[in-house]
Amino acid sequence: MDFEFSAEQVAIRDTIRELVQDRVAPRAAEIDQSGEYPKDIERLFADNGILGIPFPEAYGGISGSSVTICMGIEEIAKACASSSLILAVQALGSYPILVAGSEDQKKRLCPPLASGEKVAAYALSEPGSGSDAAAMKTRARRVGDEYVLNGTKQFITHGSIAGTLVVFAQTDPGADHRGISAFVLERETSPWRVEKLEHKLGIRGSPTAQVVLEDVKVRASNRLGDEGAGFKIALAVLDRSRPGIGAQALGIAEGAFDYALNYVKERQQFGQPIASFQGIQFMLADIATQIEASRHLVYRAATKVDAKAPDLTKVAAMAKLFASDMAMKVTTDCVQLLGGYGYISDYPVERMMRDAKITQIYEGTNQIQRVVIARSLLR
Amino acid sequence: MDLELAPEHAKFRAAVRELAQGVVLAHASEVDREHRFPVEAVQAAKESGLLGILVPAEFGGAGLDALAFAICIEELAQACASTAVIVDVHTSVGTEPILLFGDEAQKRRWLPPLAAGELLGAFALTEPASGSDAAALKTTARRNGGDYELNGTKVFITNIGQAGLYVVFARTGPDERAAGVTAFLVPADAQGVRVGQVFHKMGLHGSPTGELVLEDVKVPVANRLGAEGEGFTIAMRALDSGRIGISGQALGIAQAALDEAGSLMRERGHEQGDDFALADMATRIESARLLAYHAAWLCSRGLPFTRQASMSKLQCTDTAMQVALDALQIAGDEGAVSGTPFERHVRDAKALQIYEGSNQVQRIVIARELLTG
Repeated sequence: MDFEFSAEQVAIRDTIRELVQDRVAPRAAEIDQSGEYPKDIERLFADNGILGIPFPEAYGGISGSSVTICMGIEEIAKACASSSLILAVQALGSYPILVAGSEDQKKRLCPPLASGEKVAAYALSEPGSGSDAAAMKTRARRVGDEYVLNGTKQFITHGSIAGTLVVFAQTDPGADHRGISAFVLERETSPWRVEKLEHKLGIRGSPTAQVVLEDVKVRASNRLGDEGAGFKIALAVLDRSRPGIGAQALGIAEGAFDYALNYVKERQQFGQPIASFQGIQFMLADIATQIEASRHLVYRAATKVDAKAPDLTKVAAMAKLFASDMAMKVTTDCVQLLGGYGYISDYPVERMMRDAKITQIYEGTNQIQRVVIARSLLR
Repeated sequence: MDLELAPEHAKFRAAVRELAQGVVLAHASEVDREHRFPVEAVQAAKESGLLGILVPAEFGGAGLDALAFAICIEELAQACASTAVIVDVHTSVGTEPILLFGDEAQKRRWLPPLAAGELLGAFALTEPASGSDAAALKTTARRNGGDYELNGTKVFITNIGQAGLYVVFARTGPDERAAGVTAFLVPADAQGVRVGQVFHKMGLHGSPTGELVLEDVKVPVANRLGAEGEGFTIAMRALDSGRIGISGQALGIAQAALDEAGSLMRERGHEQGDDFALADMATRIESARLLAYHAAWLCSRGLPFTRQASMSKLQCTDTAMQVALDALQIAGDEGAVSGTPFERHVRDAKALQIYEGSNQVQRIVIARELLTG
């Protein structure tokens, strides 16, 4: 066993940490309040190679390792969960290409994503199919060398700003999940329409779009894998992206705890810092322990991704479930530690608590994670 | 980063598992029911060299690391939590202090019989009036020529009556609290050493727990471990390792409860409510196990691990308690019937939240490190 990052990973982490401290952390509150996508931070990440982390060097990237992706997401999420999605969704939207794309597709589609010239997004959910993804209604009809797509995709993170959108659609509607295929839409040639942007509890700086596809044409050469392979691809991608959501949850919790720990050392009540009270100390000990436990599970899942381990599905679900539930509990406790100040927007922990909630919901609700875990246990 | 066991650790786990799922498991239920020492299991552990895991080969042990130790206790506990704590206490707090703080003569004299299992080790720190506040202990050791004379009563001593050697903590000087505490190696057959009350407990029925009474017990200066006044440091260091072992014990109980609940569900059918409980149990165990292995890994590499050992002990034992209760709940009525593993796991797990530093003490240790670090 070896619990440490490689020297190369530490160097990447330190670079990200510094950039986040200097350029992201000071903007986090304002991003949340304005609800506007921080395009400048996207550029910052692109310019510094951070958006190249999900890709191997052969496709213009710098890593391709899930451990490194998680490390990056965690570092960014400590300061700003919305900004962490710029990396997390770049990975999510690119995984279908990396997992199922042909060599030609990877060579053609990945470099502009790795350089950050384009942002990727992933469109699986629909208004009527969330957890039951196989029930999707979006159609893709083959017409000559092209497919024509029609349907509505819901809750698409970065759907409004992406240049590359991976869409799952039915090519054989009678065949249930075996009729689903995956397509890479490029905005210039296959433009989609953004029907609306959602107003949300948290991660307000990360645009969540309803995407409408009306006779959107896509070349057959942009289909990933065979017809009917889409659902398998979608699940394989989620196995790989869930550790990243765990990492995001972990970062949010760490950011909140870091703030709360300093606060309780300084906040004086009854003539002493509130950190001197055992009731507070026990909360601190429990929070730190839960964070530590989550961190190990997240990185264990990430190493399973990198090793293509057979039990990846189970461990990835565990990491996402445990870390996101932990983040919700920890951020709620951190608001509690700050008392009334924790509840107001002048302090970051209320934002972090709002940001934490989504990690229990997206990329498979935690109920779905439990279904996945139980299925593998009871097999 | 590599969070899988190395081949040698995986191989060691497989070997211990075979022994644990064989002779150890075969007697677990009866040992619990009859409140008797698991002689067969301890004998098997002895013959397989599991009583000398941490002791270097030059003193007759296996010379394995803290991770192997955690794995060993975990596997034993999956079969029988009593056997696990007997081996754990013997190995960590009963033997390791000699390894870490003993002089060459002490190591040569005591480590070979401990590693071979000819002597079972034990650790005598707690007293009736000093539990969590161990530095308040009252047992005295007065220097008298070439000897020390020990007087006092120790309580909640694991392996009581079975141990051949006790690591005893006593007050040697006028210094109050921790600074006046010294460690001694007290053979069970020394004049004046007596086993007091042996307790009936909620669980861990195979592991004897009781009072060690010391009445004018003479031990030579050669049996003093470390310097005068160093005893508290020795005790705390011993407990850091001990907590890795207890984490392993907790993981073993939890894994057994999870596996048994899963088997039952597969046999009789299951619905989503229990599925979700099972998923949560497995997830908690997975995260707790990584905390334990991390603490062990740090310890093996000679890095500071106090906070991680406390986090591990806290998380693993709270997990074991919750998982054991959840498994019993899934089993329903049949889980609550005496003699089923489900109810035994619940009774066994409870002790772990209390001993080797109650979980309140773990939180104090963790918070102290957070606030001073």
